[in-house]
Order: sequence, then C-alpha cells, then structure tokens
Amino acid sequence: MTDLTRLLAHEMADRLRSGEVSSRELTEAHLDAAEAGNHALNAWLTIDRDEALRQADAADERLKGPDAGSADDHPLLGIPVALKDLISVRGGQCTAGSRILEGYISPFDAHITERLRSVGAVMLGKTNMDEFAMGSSNEHSAYGPVSNPWDLETVPGGSSGGSAVAVAAYHAPLSIGTDTGGSIRQPAALTGTVGMKPTYGRVSRYGIVAFASSLDQIGPFARDTRDAAALLHAIAGRDERDSTSAPVPVPDELLTIPLNDDEAATGLRGKRLGLPKEYFVAGMEPDSRRRIEEAVAGLEGAGATVEEVSLPHTDYGLATYYIVAPAEASANLARYDGIRFGPQLGEGDVLGNYLATRGRGFGPEVKRRIMLGTYALSAGYYDAFYVKAQKVRTLIKRDFDTLFEQGFDALVAPTSPSVAFRFGAKMADPVAMYLSDACTLPVNMAGLPGVSIPCGLSEGMPVGLQLIGPAWSELELFRLARGFEALTAGADWRGKEPAQIALTTDPAQPTPAQRAATLGGRG
Amino acid sequence: MPGLSRSDVEHVAHLARLGLTADELSLLEGQLNHILDQYAKLAELDTEAIPPTAQTIELENILRDDVVTPSLPVEEVLRNASESAGGFVVVPPILAE
Repeated sequence: MTDLTRLLAHEMADRLRSGEVSSRELTEAHLDAAEAGNHALNAWLTIDRDEALRQADAADERLKGPDAGSADDHPLLGIPVALKDLISVRGGQCTAGSRILEGYISPFDAHITERLRSVGAVMLGKTNMDEFAMGSSNEHSAYGPVSNPWDLETVPGGSSGGSAVAVAAYHAPLSIGTDTGGSIRQPAALTGTVGMKPTYGRVSRYGIVAFASSLDQIGPFARDTRDAAALLHAIAGRDERDSTSAPVPVPDELLTIPLNDDEAATGLRGKRLGLPKEYFVAGMEPDSRRRIEEAVAGLEGAGATVEEVSLPHTDYGLATYYIVAPAEASANLARYDGIRFGPQLGEGDVLGNYLATRGRGFGPEVKRRIMLGTYALSAGYYDAFYVKAQKVRTLIKRDFDTLFEQGFDALVAPTSPSVAFRFGAKMADPVAMYLSDACTLPVNMAGLPGVSIPCGLSEGMPVGLQLIGPAWSELELFRLARGFEALTAGADWRGKEPAQIALTTDPAQPTPAQRAATLGGRG
Repeated sequence: MPGLSRSDVEHVAHLARLGLTADELSLLEGQLNHILDQYAKLAELDTEAIPPTAQTIELENILRDDVVTPSLPVEEVLRNASESAGGFVVVPPILAE
C-alpha cells in the first residue's frame, strides 16, 4: 500500500474525490508520522489528534454529501495542514515559541484559521518556531531546537523551522509560516521545500502574534508549487479586521497552475528575469552559488532571458532591517506585561511585576531585540536610527521599483547564502545569525512577494532558489516557479527524500536539544 | 555613532521594563555595541531629501461601518489572566493609599 504521507496535496485531493482514501485515513497517517517523528525532530509543540480527527470526519461528510464535487469544494478539503504556533486557534494553546505564553489559550480564531475551517482543511496542530519569530535557525525557541531531516545535527532555518520540517519530513503536506525577514523562505531553502512570502497586505494577520507589523506576512509551505499556490488561495484576501489587508482580488488561477510538466516549462519562454548581482553576498558558499548558476542556465535554456541587474542598496538592508524590525517589535511586545498577556510574576508593585514577568518570560534573542528597538526609538536617537532607517527603506524599495518598471517579470536570486548549518554555529554571534537573511530581508523591506523553491543539493543539503516579483504577482511567481520545477522534474536530486528521514522515527535517537548540547549549542 | 555604556544599557533595560541580571547586562553591552557598529554603515548614505517609508503598499485609509458585534466571552478571556475577580483582571495597587 502507498504511504499516504508521501503524496502531494493535490494527489491526496484526487484520491479523496475518487473515494480511494478518506480524510480520516489521511489524517491518521499524518498524525502517526508527526507523533513518531517528534522525538527526533521536535517540529511540533502541539499535536491535537482528537480535534484533527473531528475535522477529518467533517471533511469526509462533505466529500460524501449532496454538495460533493461542487464548485465550492476547495482542493484543500480534507487535506492536513500544520500551523506555526503563533496562529490563534480557538481553545488551543498559542505560545509563539515563548515561555511567556506557555498555557495561553486563544479565545478566538485567527482569520486564516477561519478560512482553513471554511475550506475544510484539517489542522493537525501547532509547530515549533523561534521565540516571537525572531531567529534564523529555530534555536531561539523556548521549547528547544528543531532538527533538519537532511542532517539531524543541522538547523532547519527559522523562524518557521517547525513548519518547514513538518512538510519536509512528511508530517503534513502543507503548513503555514510567517515571514518578517525571511522566516518562510530561508527555512524552505534549508529543508528543500517550497515557501512563499506573499505581498504585504495579501493575507490578513488578524489573530497572529505580531512581531514587526510593517513587515510580517503569512504564507504557505509545501513540497510542490501547485500545493503552495492552493494554500495561498485558501488564506489570502481582504479582511476588515486587519487594516493592512488589501482589497486586491485573489486570482482563482492559483488553483490551476499547470499540472503538466511540458506545459509548465513552456511558460518560461520569453520571460525577462533579472539576476541581482548584490545577492551573491560575500561569504556565500561557492557550491550554493553554483546551484543558483545552474538554475539560471536552466531557465535560459527554457527560453527565459536572464540579465544581470543591480539593487544598489542591498548592502544597507541588514542595518535597516535591524533597526525597523526591533523598533516595531519593542512596541508590539509591550503587551507582555503580566496583565494583558503573560503570567504576573513578582510580589512587588506594578513595575516590579513588569520587570519580573518580562525578565523571566523572554529569551535572550527577544531581549536583545527589545533592547535594540527601545534604544533606536529612545529620546535623542529616534532621528539618527529609526527615521534614518525608514529613509533607507525608501531607497531599498526604489531599487526594486526601478527594475520592475523596466519590465522585468521577476528577479532570481539565492534564498540563503548557505545551506543548513550545525547547531550552535551562529549562536554566539547575533550578527552572523542575522546575515542568514541577507538575501531575503530586503524583500520584506519593500513589501514584495518572494518564493523559495528547491534547486539542487550542495554536499547533500538542499539549496533554495528565490524568485522575487512586483507587488501582487504571486500567481506569476508560482507559474515561474512551477516552470522551473517542471524543468528539473527529471533531475536526480528531485526525487530524493531527506537523507536522514529514516532516523527520525527511531526513538533511540537523541532529541534536537541533546544534539545541540553535544555540539555546544546554547551560546 | 556613540557606543553604549553599561549605564546606557541599564537605562534602556529600564525603559523596556526588562528585569535583567548582571550577567545579561554585561553580555548585552558587548552584543548591542557590535550590532550598533553595523548601523554605522547607514551614515554613508545621504538621505536628506529622501522621504521615510513606514508602509509599502500605499493603501488609503479604509474605513468600515461602525457595527456592534459580539465581544469575546469574558470567561474565556479571563482564563488567561493570572488572577481575576468580578470580571476584572487583578493587579497590584498603582496608587498608594
């Protein structure tokens, strides 16, 4: 019998409709995989078997019911999905990877949770993440690091590390992440999955734990571009409860990305792509660079033109981001004061309780960013740091605008300067960790959509290719990404499962926290 | 740009309402200064005539009708409070008697 977890979401959808398999069977197979793999991977913070099976049974009813097969049936009906643990699901815990929210129960559903319920997707549980989505390795989770199934001694990237691993390790065909500076695309690259950060304003953030409100965006992970596009279709669109959610129509063509490889590859013909030279940053691994160059050659071979272009302010992105994002975070995280959110610690006055609640509830990276942001916004430094960064942000955005005004369909670039690194490798030096996002964070600064897709292996570890488009071009990006996927359908790396997937269900394996400790992880 | 002294770090921690240990303050002093060194790069750019960007999608204000909708159930909201009484969150006295 086929292992149901190895199917792509659209293949599962076909089998659900033919009656070959039920949503309950699919859901049980994935719950079993998630439970078996969580000791060695730690990708999940909550697995809710009972609730998932209830949703699966409801989906099976809909699949059999009088309206079955109607146009209202979304391809996600009955399909298991994993949610990053900063998305509110009514009645369930929502920690954002932080000690300060341990035991917090969401009293309402996020907008995207409502959307997933309405299309009949099955929510399996909540995935591990860097605390408050601050990190590029998932090592900043208060609930322990996550292992990468390609090499269990390496990180999966972050901050949506658990969501990336849930998909890479076949615990779910689809998952949801958030991306503030690369937190979907970078872990997608490091785990060999597809991950998209949509245009700012594309998906409502109502019910999502906020990190940096001018940058945060929600997006999909999948093992295939068509599946990722279908998940985006389910969650995107205007919601009046998020004032930044834009009244821009969501194209239904997201559900009809070409299935056929030849047709998909044909779509690359005549496309004009830019290759920003600044994205081949100093310190980029030569072998990762070669994979990107091979991908570019492949795109050219399929009839696209690829021109070297310049985004001259790329090098200022890191400094700009690490002013804007911490400044916004320091304001957003003021609500964790033991009164509005978090346990009230201490026995003194109000100030004493604040200091105790926040001092003990937040981990080191969150404290660092709150300190940075508070400093950048403090009297005497506001103009020098925050206003200056907002002005440079304008320059970064103009770089992209200029290229798209010249008629480029998309930009192609590396997603990450390196493949997955070992636990502890960047924990002692925050700036080294921040550089992991050098190729992704300018895209957030400009509010643009970007997708990372696998483009090969470097010494056995996945490399991601990033496609960046103008605002609201998600459909075009998915078509281009699908074209590349089709082009490489026969590549030897394409069909490979994560190299250490077999070890992930072995209860004798160390946990990721034990591996990290052995490697001198916590710094 | 000026570096942060130990007392600056303590002042910022106070502004941020973070209770930090002496070890944390020492570690942060070094790390924050290292990160601030990266910010210095921005001084290379002349941004005198450049407007700041606070958000990227250039949406006009979108107003919605002022419609009364049900609020969240008080008991479910208060379940997350450390202490509650009579439908309120209990906090220490803010003004001395």
